[in-house]
Amino acid sequence: MHRVKRNERVRVALTLNGRRLAADAEARTLLCDFLRHTLGATGTHVGCEHGVCGACTVLIDGVATRSCLTLAVQAEGRAVETVESLAGPDGALNPLQQAFRDNHALQCGFCTPGILMSFTDYLKRNPHASEAEIRDVLSGHLCRCTGYAGIVAALKDLTKSSP
Amino acid sequence: MKPRPFDYLRPDTIEEAVALLAEYGDGARILAGGQSLVPMLNLRIVEAEALIDISRIAALDAIDDRGQTIEIGAAVTQNKLLAWPQLGQKLPLVAAALPHVGHFQTRNKGTVCGSIAHADPSSELPLALALLGGEIVLKSQRGIRVLAAKDFQKDMLTTARAGDELITAVRLPAANGNGIGRGVGFREVARRHGDFAIVAVAAVAESKNAVRLGVGGLAGAPMVRRIAVDGAEKAVREWAGELEGYEDLHASAAMRRDLFCNLAPLVIEEAIRCTA
Repeated sequence: MHRVKRNERVRVALTLNGRRLAADAEARTLLCDFLRHTLGATGTHVGCEHGVCGACTVLIDGVATRSCLTLAVQAEGRAVETVESLAGPDGALNPLQQAFRDNHALQCGFCTPGILMSFTDYLKRNPHASEAEIRDVLSGHLCRCTGYAGIVAALKDLTKSSP
Repeated sequence: MKPRPFDYLRPDTIEEAVALLAEYGDGARILAGGQSLVPMLNLRIVEAEALIDISRIAALDAIDDRGQTIEIGAAVTQNKLLAWPQLGQKLPLVAAALPHVGHFQTRNKGTVCGSIAHADPSSELPLALALLGGEIVLKSQRGIRVLAAKDFQKDMLTTARAGDELITAVRLPAANGNGIGRGVGFREVARRHGDFAIVAVAAVAESKNAVRLGVGGLAGAPMVRRIAVDGAEKAVREWAGELEGYEDLHASAAMRRDLFCNLAPLVIEEAIRCTA
């Protein structure tokens, strides 16, 4: 049994983008804040803080998850992946990112990290997703620039060309 | 916003979880997927003295096909059930309703039992549970209780669960080989796909001539009634009048009744068509 008292700070150890890290958090610290404020991984954006906008979506053990609806202590021992994991060490965009770039699928870019992480999970499960399936998964994200057409175009491009 | 401080407890077994509930009582909240609870904590709509995280208790993470019933453990996520290969065959109503629960991303963490425990009046899974006549298994240090769906959900966000009880599983009757429970229909109206339904309507065909019809969003809990196909529209209108409905930000009571009267014939037709 793991017990954390309110206002107690405990060590949370996890793997972030392949690196093992540990830092202190309170029981109530949200994973999104732990990533950004404590670990300095600011690629993950925080929008609504109640699971609606999808901006904070990350992968936990490969599964797309709202990091604003996850406590840092819940991620103990898990593998967390954020948008920082996508590009190569030389900065080369991965195919998903490249498709977004080619199709002008981002404007202000605030919602982009969450959308990229959602589809990193979803396209692994369903590499040849139909447009209807793409739109269904995209419905878990809000783009306040309303740039959905470009996002759908990027994802269609990618699913068409998937091996 | 950020949640107020609470204790965080992660038991390794069901017994430890139940002991913690006995210790904290009403001050504790069970955390499974957190997709309903954590937003309410973040918005400070609810406060908890302690969160008891059951998501890593392996014994609760199982879908158990017992032939007549399917038992779904409290840590089973909505996407895990949706990906269960037998779902369409065994639980066709749940297969139709589940894609309407939240989004892909929230279904990855949100649990089947959590949605039922939350007891939103227009929520899809409580409606399916009520319509199928399922059961909820509750465990405390005092013993195990099994409650019928209609005895479990009392009112809006209110259930018969006692403060020291853990929902360990939900049991849903499986559709059988004779075609009973095979004919189903499900429709809902929401502002956007994945939002809370304003009104959700579901039907299970009993025969070619009658269905069990269920509606969420017209009362504090899902309501179920047997409706004959002949004269169904009139029967639904009368029922809608009896249920009255409620008003909130999203819809007036009259609009809810109207949505029900318009959705019901479509859902009944779908259910009957599936039995053909």
